[in-house]
Amino acid sequence: MQTADNLGQYRKQLAEALENTFQRKALDNFAVAYRDGRDANFAGIDRDGLIENIGTAKDAAMSRLDELYREFCQKAEAAGAKVHFAGSDVEANEIISQIAAENNCSRIVKSKSMTAEETLLNHFLENRGYEVIETDLGEWIIQLRGEGPSHMVMPAIHLSRNEVSRLFSEVTGKQQDTDIEKLVKVARRELRQRFVSADMGISGANFAISETGTLGIVSNEGNVRLVTTMPRVHVALVGIDKLIPTVFEALQVLKGLPRNATGQAITSYGTWITGANPSAASGSGTKIMHIVFLDNGRSALAKDPVFSQALRCVRCGACANVCPIYRLVGGHAYGHIYIGAIGLILTYFFHGRDKDKNLIENCLNCQACKQVCVAGIDLPRLIREVHTMVEHGGKKPVLSSLAGFVLKRRPLFHALLRSGRYAQKPVTGNSPYMRHLPGVFFRDHEFKALPALAKKPFRDQWDPVPFSPARPEYRVALFSGCLQDFVYPEQLLSGLKLLAGGRIEVVFVPQQGCCGLPLYMLGEHEAAADLAAWNIGNMDPGDYDYILTFCASCGSHMKENYPHLLAKHPGTGVRARRFAEKVIDFSSFVMRMGLGEAKEYPAEKTRAAYHAPCHLCRGMGVRQPPRGLLERAGYEYVAHGEEETCCGLGGTYSFKFPEISATILDKKMAAVAETGADILVTDCPGCVMQLRGGAQKQNRPFAVLHMAEAIAGGKVK
Amino acid sequence: MNRSERTAQFTQKARAVSATVKTVATMDDALAYTVDVCAQKQACAILASGCEHALSDPAEELCGLKQWEKLIAAPNLEDRDTESLTSLCRQAGIGLIEGGLAAYAGGIDVGLTLADFAISETGTLVINCPDEDLRLATMISEVHVAVLNAGDIYADSYDVADKLAGFFAKSDYTAFITGASRTADIERVLTLGVHGPLDLHVLIIDGQSSL
Repeated sequence: MQTADNLGQYRKQLAEALENTFQRKALDNFAVAYRDGRDANFAGIDRDGLIENIGTAKDAAMSRLDELYREFCQKAEAAGAKVHFAGSDVEANEIISQIAAENNCSRIVKSKSMTAEETLLNHFLENRGYEVIETDLGEWIIQLRGEGPSHMVMPAIHLSRNEVSRLFSEVTGKQQDTDIEKLVKVARRELRQRFVSADMGISGANFAISETGTLGIVSNEGNVRLVTTMPRVHVALVGIDKLIPTVFEALQVLKGLPRNATGQAITSYGTWITGANPSAASGSGTKIMHIVFLDNGRSALAKDPVFSQALRCVRCGACANVCPIYRLVGGHAYGHIYIGAIGLILTYFFHGRDKDKNLIENCLNCQACKQVCVAGIDLPRLIREVHTMVEHGGKKPVLSSLAGFVLKRRPLFHALLRSGRYAQKPVTGNSPYMRHLPGVFFRDHEFKALPALAKKPFRDQWDPVPFSPARPEYRVALFSGCLQDFVYPEQLLSGLKLLAGGRIEVVFVPQQGCCGLPLYMLGEHEAAADLAAWNIGNMDPGDYDYILTFCASCGSHMKENYPHLLAKHPGTGVRARRFAEKVIDFSSFVMRMGLGEAKEYPAEKTRAAYHAPCHLCRGMGVRQPPRGLLERAGYEYVAHGEEETCCGLGGTYSFKFPEISATILDKKMAAVAETGADILVTDCPGCVMQLRGGAQKQNRPFAVLHMAEAIAGGKVK
Repeated sequence: MNRSERTAQFTQKARAVSATVKTVATMDDALAYTVDVCAQKQACAILASGCEHALSDPAEELCGLKQWEKLIAAPNLEDRDTESLTSLCRQAGIGLIEGGLAAYAGGIDVGLTLADFAISETGTLVINCPDEDLRLATMISEVHVAVLNAGDIYADSYDVADKLAGFFAKSDYTAFITGASRTADIERVLTLGVHGPLDLHVLIIDGQSSL
């Protein structure tokens, strides 16, 4: 649970997490194992189809929660359960405490429930004098340590066997071994007595099937079964978002959840409970069965046109498993109660702006979570939307308002960029890098060399003559993007050489402005929509076959976000979609045009490693073309495991969280170095800035090139 | 998939999660196998699992609850099979209980149960167990032996959705069981036998020619 009051404090907490070497190693091993194993976990399954079905079924269920709830109540109560509805977390805790009091319970065993974590149920019951014992091994360990979970599925992943051994030695009063198998057996035996002596069992549930009034719970350890069997009273605390109409739909989720969570085809146990079952411990011979549904903001969320999809979440934890930030800092620093990408979103709605205000800043928008989500939630988008609300709910920081003001006024923005070149002289010493950074903006940013503004922006060097064939086969609008226009014009110029004098007409519209991504990332959605409309207005999609960009970030923003940003504006939304359809990245375009082939393939090829920009591989879904292009251009493409991991730039992220950005960059540098590559190639000027800056600072032996430079530098026909 | 393909897939998937899967001809073979498993349990394992370790005093007391003889629980057999098992257990010097399992929370050596059906895609047994003794036999036994008819193996969980909905039409407790109880909560190291059985044996009876 991160508890910082402000971003400064939060950064301190993150820095401490980065120092935790055991956790760092454990999470790193896990991230790699999870990534490498995921495809095998879904072998023989139409994964995309399953994800779509789960999303559709959950959306449909969320749209008729009231109806499902009524049906569930009727069926479950007919089968002997008592169903309660709790509007808020405190109400749920009160209801459960009252059930305990009414039934003279004092000792409670619990199986894992994120919903109970959400309501802080244990604290509440303990304050009322009840003994509450967590029985899931990981949950028991963290309960004994007085901590919250650091992962939704593996709550104690941050702890070593030595720490667990010390803890168990304290708890049992006997010296314990560090052998994991032995520690597990000690927990088995220590907890078995708790099951025997408990009056009440509290569980969560993964499914509440309305057609039969059945709860479905998945587990591996078997504690859920004991919690729901041995004590005479069972209380299940269930978020109303777990309501699902039919057995079939529950089975559908069950196909995806364990595979995505832990890589199991199914968990060891699935427990399906309908109503009140026989119970030897109960005086009546029948279990005292209560089901408490928790709303806590869910029914309002279900009605929200944008955020209702957050309720699709099945709590598999995969969005943390693939997050490059989680991989470094773990769940205590990367969540309030719910962890990972979904946590950044749910925290705002369940626990409020204050708990989320620092967390929501800590996202690279790398899209890894979106790609892995088993319910198809557009997590990065929802994170951006929450970010906007967090920003606008409080005072707007000066930086983002100013940025909105400037970026929307293209002539002003470009004038500022031009004058920036003279202002930067004292810090660059006329080299292509800034030597000392202006402290106010760039504190703690010494881990990478930052590029200087170019002497002459691309727009001043543009010459349309070679790109104006008499009878063009294709008509292409070039979207330059600010970074390449003003910092890296050479990337555009070298790439364009490939297209000159042929069958392609390239048009550069000088009125084009910033794509708007920086504003979108700052939560300035209205300003971003204005820029989108401006650019589309200046480059009519009807006039061009392609909108070509060398910048994956601009490309993915125009392709993915323009239609969303302009969806509400009559007419413009349609044009935005047409525009988006025509946006293409440099590598794909060159491959599609059949260009870029090497004149000759040397016996000893230059070894080229690739960095896949988040906005290209996940944002635009482009994976094969750049690798193919490297080979076609005569390079030996050398693969490495971190190719699709974010470089750590994340736009302004690297300025807000420089320590994390630097650590992610280090990881990338090390992975590339291991390949023995001569050059590192990528498709986004932002990534070039981060990677080249890192390679320069660390004196790495490989040069960092934009794909356009790599192709132009090679001996191309 | 035909019946033998389903059986083969079930076997492969259940073995992949550390279950022991055997094909037997008759229920009598299954009973003999069960007694054999119990008789061959290592002497140290007669202790309720975990009792050999250093424990807190209340936990150690629970170890004393276990009767110091080997014990088989078989709550849902046909009368004829119970009789046969009783005589086999007597010969082997093993105790047999059919009910009142809650009193044996300290541990039962072997729980023998019949499975209603199975899902080959994941190697999953489905046991309808509103009866508490049947439920406990699959939970507190150190070794769980489940008997399954080959004709009751279905390819996919979707194929059994209606059967499940039938179970759920009244007060009910149904278990999906796939392999032994497991955890990876300490350093992600897979460890079998946490709160449930340490070992799962599935005996497939393939004597009938139904289907």
